[in-house]
Amino acid sequence: MELARVIGTVVASQKYEGLEGVKLLLLEALDEQLVAHGDPFVACDHDMMAGPGDVVAWIGGREATLNQPEHFVPVDASIVSIVDDVQARTLTEVLR
Amino acid sequence: MILSRVLGNVVSSVQHPIYEGTKVLVLQPVTADGATPIGAAFLAVDSVQAGDGDLVLAAREGNAARQVLGTSVDPFHAVILGIVDQIT
Repeated sequence: MELARVIGTVVASQKYEGLEGVKLLLLEALDEQLVAHGDPFVACDHDMMAGPGDVVAWIGGREATLNQPEHFVPVDASIVSIVDDVQARTLTEVLR
Repeated sequence: MILSRVLGNVVSSVQHPIYEGTKVLVLQPVTADGATPIGAAFLAVDSVQAGDGDLVLAAREGNAARQVLGTSVDPFHAVILGIVDQIT
């Protein structure tokens, strides 16, 4: 699981049949201090109703498909929760 | 499995139903000295009552996570499997 922020929505009118009705969102990865890093990517959103600006937790791999109403649709990233708050210290603070 | 240090936790009110009641922690992968970071932090569901600052073993692989946390069709992908007492 990783943190990301929703920065947009993606619409694809022609897509594989299992992906019909699957909401696609554009995400930017966040670190534990909610600082963006890396390139944007697309994840699907199963009735979580995440929208632009939301911080979310997402999963990758085979389990991403298990987050969908129909299992084993071809997706590799899927949002599992909308994050209200991240209470994380830095590694230096934790070790102090 | 990944040696990691617990940095904190994540609070979510809207989530996949299977995550209700779980504790999601922020983990920083570290080297064997327990203090040198490796790469980016990630999130994992706790199964061992780990707390802030603990050195833990985590798996970032769905099959292990589903074995520990749920059934074969639950969307879990990362899990904390143990709290490390000592590395020699």
